[in-house]
Formats: sequence, structure tokens, C-alpha cells
Amino acid sequence: MLKIDNLNVFYGPIHALKGISLEVNEGEIVTLIGSNGAGKSTTLSAITGLVKASSGTITFNGKNITNLPPYKIVKMGISLSPEGREVFPALTVEENLTLGAYTRNNHNDIREIFERVYNLFPRLRERIKQAAGTLSGGEQQMLAIGRALMSKPKLLLLDEPSMGLAPNLVLLIFDLIESISKQGTTILLIEQNANMALSIADRAYVLETGRIAFSGDAASLADDPRIRKAYLGG
Amino acid sequence: MHALIGTLINGIALGMAYALIAVGYSMVFGILRLINFAHGAMYAFGAYMVYFFVSLKLGLLPAIMLSILMSGILALLIDKVALEPLRKKKSIPIATLITTVGMSFIIQNFLSIEYIFTSEKKGFPSLNLFGSFTVGNVTIQSSQLIMFVVALILLAILTLLVNKTKIGLAMRATEQNVKAANLMGINVNFIISFTFFLGGATAAIAGALISGYYQVISPTMGSLIGLKAFSAAVVGGIGILYGSVVGGLVVGVAECLAAQYLGSNVRDPMAFVILIIILIIKPTGLFGKKGISKV
Repeated sequence: MLKIDNLNVFYGPIHALKGISLEVNEGEIVTLIGSNGAGKSTTLSAITGLVKASSGTITFNGKNITNLPPYKIVKMGISLSPEGREVFPALTVEENLTLGAYTRNNHNDIREIFERVYNLFPRLRERIKQAAGTLSGGEQQMLAIGRALMSKPKLLLLDEPSMGLAPNLVLLIFDLIESISKQGTTILLIEQNANMALSIADRAYVLETGRIAFSGDAASLADDPRIRKAYLGG
Repeated sequence: MHALIGTLINGIALGMAYALIAVGYSMVFGILRLINFAHGAMYAFGAYMVYFFVSLKLGLLPAIMLSILMSGILALLIDKVALEPLRKKKSIPIATLITTVGMSFIIQNFLSIEYIFTSEKKGFPSLNLFGSFTVGNVTIQSSQLIMFVVALILLAILTLLVNKTKIGLAMRATEQNVKAANLMGINVNFIISFTFFLGGATAAIAGALISGYYQVISPTMGSLIGLKAFSAAVVGGIGILYGSVVGGLVVGVAECLAAQYLGSNVRDPMAFVILIIILIIKPTGLFGKKGISKV
């Protein structure tokens, strides 16, 4: 479904991604783990068109999407729940979700996705008219994921969905990610919480300073002593 | 007493037209955090286009319509040609600011080109279409009434557009978080162009209304009124639409009262006197919010 081939990204003189290649197949949960500054978020920014690739290609369902503007990429069926949530603070929950469906025009369709998102996150339904900036961290995370689902993406990109959340909320969010996957959305997940990520993922890539250091199916990576030592706390 | 009421009516009518200019500053500021100093020149450009098309014997209303279109397109082009490249290169904000100042002088000079317009003042067709009428002791000119009603309707339409339509929601989203707006599938560059178009179009309408009231235009007519409307936008809280309306009314009424009771040379400084007083009391303007709430 998504194929990244030899992707290079620079921030001025900083070489953030040094020729990474990865693949996400339809129906999978793939996770990208690695420490701070390894290039995880940059990878997602490049996929969504927020940063320009200096070389390499990104193809989605056979189409070259490298360096397309973000709004075209969303229309093709890729949507990102960004790091730090980035909800629209002064807009209501409902308006935030409506914006998530910006590329959709069919009213019945939109109503149906609203229902689906409210069923996944009943808390959001209770807060429909509340400004997003007044929600708790966990609720904002739900809003960010729900908003990303509103475009009915074929591929959902999740950037650090567990960041800053209490442990019971982390469990809840990961449960929800699994049910989104079961409902037929392909997921590329970025996490610092590598244990949790590997536990729900089919396959994983490990990024180290802009390069892919390891890759394989999630279960065997979770057993790999090198990865246990570096990312899973021994 | 009826002098006071007459002055108030005059101030409210002018104030609504100021509000129409002020919302242009406010909308562009909301989206780009940029003060568009070419906006006053756009107002003059709009008035000149009406004058030009009327001189081609097109009739007043078609001339105004064409002027609205031309001014909207000019505003959009200014952004595309001079401002968007600077944003793409992530240049410092002050570079964009001085570019808009430069643009205002380029437009102003275009309006004083010999053989087309010349730098002389010109007579402008009166908008006093239905003469004047008297209520009690107070005489109201129909140009004042037209100015008030047209501005009111347009401001209502703008408010509805921003608050009730899909493109308005996209404008508000872009205002709050450009990155997230991109991720929603919003074509942010289109939203910016659309905002500039609206700004140019409303400036042209204000230009037609105010010129139709004073019946005179000159190439530099936009500089002082532009600064007054900018003050009105800041008085109301820049970036807030209804703030610009209240700011425009406050400035319009205050300067008419000052002209009536303190002498006509006190008129022009009033906008700035009010600006200074309001900002000392409330630094964000009447309805302004402190910064952008961080999530």
C-alpha cells in the first residue's frame, strides 16, 4: 500500500533521513520505533507532504506521491494524527471533527463517519460543543485520532498517540488503535513506548539517527536482545 | 440637540464604512499575522476603478461591481506575486511588512499616472441617489443611509461566511494552526488567496461608499483612512471581526463629534487618540484575546 524508497530529507544542513526504505501492506499495523531525533516524525511529515524530500520516492497504492502538497495527499486517503495533537483550540469538538472530513462532500457519508468516531470515543460525544482547548490531554488525543479518521483514510498515521497520557489511558488508546485496525484501516504507528507498540503491531522498523537499523515482524523484534537492551529496558 | 443627533448619524454611517475597511486588515492579520499596509491603497484603487468604469459610461452599479472584482483580483495578485514567495522562503516577518508598504506606494503612484488619472483630485459620482429626507429636525442624506445599510449587509454576510460556511471554518482553522489545517486537506494557499480577495473586494466597496459620500477622490486618499481603519481594527481587537465593527463605529462617531464640537482640525487625530487611550486601558483592544492559547 505504502512504499518508501531511499528517502532523504534535509532540514537546512541537517540530514534528517538518510535513505530510508520501508513498506506498509494493506491491513497491517506497522510501527516505527526509535529514540528522540531518530527521524520518526520526519518520516511521517514527508509522507504527508509537510516537509519536502530531497531525493527518494514515496508511492501510495502505486501512485507517486513524493512532494505533493498535503491537501492532495489527504484526498488520496492518508491522514495523520500529529505529535502533540495539534487540535484547533478555539474550535469546538464538533468543528474539529467537521474539519477532519473537509475532503468529504457527501452529507450522509459524513454523518456516518461522525457516528463511527463517536462510537469509538463516546467521551467526544459528551463534549460536542466544548472548545477543544478546554479538553484534557487524553480527550485531546482522542479528538486528534478521531479527527484523522474523519477523512475515512485508507492509511492512518499516528504520531506518539500515548505521549503524556496516564498509564490507564495509554491502554485505552492502544485498545482503540487495535479496533480501528480491525475495522479495516491500515496503520503506521510511531511510538516511544516501544513495548506497547510492538505488542499490537504486525511488523516494525527501528530508526537510528536517520537510518533503519532493524526491521522485521514485531514479535521477533520484541525478542531480539539488541532491541530489548536499547529500547525495551533490558 | 438635533445637531448632536445629526453628528451621531454621520459618525455611525462613516463608522460602518471604516468597519468595512477594518475587517480587511483583521482578516488578513488573522490568517497571516501580517498587517497589510497596501490595504489603504486598495481602498483608493477601488474608488478609482469605479471612477474609471463610470467614465466609460458603464453606469454606476456595473462600475462598482467591476471595481469590486478588479480590486479583489489585485489584492490576490499582490499576495501571489510579492508575499507568497517570501512566505515560501520563510523570510522574516518584517520583510513581508515592508513589502506591503512598498506595494501601497506602487498602487498610489499607478493612480497618479499622467494621461490616465493624473495626480489631480477628481469628482466622484454622488451616491446621494434619493436626495435627503428629514426625520423630526434631523436631515439624513440618502448617501449616508446607503453607506450604513450596504456596509451593515456586507458585514453580516462576512460574519455568516466566516462562522457558518465550510470555507469560513477552513479560514478559522488556518488562523489557529496552519500545519493542522494542511493535515485536514485544506488547500491553505487557496484560503490565503481567498482572504486577500475578500479584503480587496471589501476595500473597493468602502472606497465606492465613502467617495460617493464626499464626491471626491485623489491618489493618496487611502493612506490616512487606511491608518484610521487599521486603528479601528486594533481598537476592537485585531483578528476579531465584530471587534473591527465596533472599532470602526467608535472611531467614526468620535471623529464626527470632535469635528462638530472641538473644530474640524481635531477630526483626523481622533482615531489615534482613541487608539492610545484604549490600548493603555486594554492592551489587546476591546475584544482582543491574549495571544493564541497554547494546547
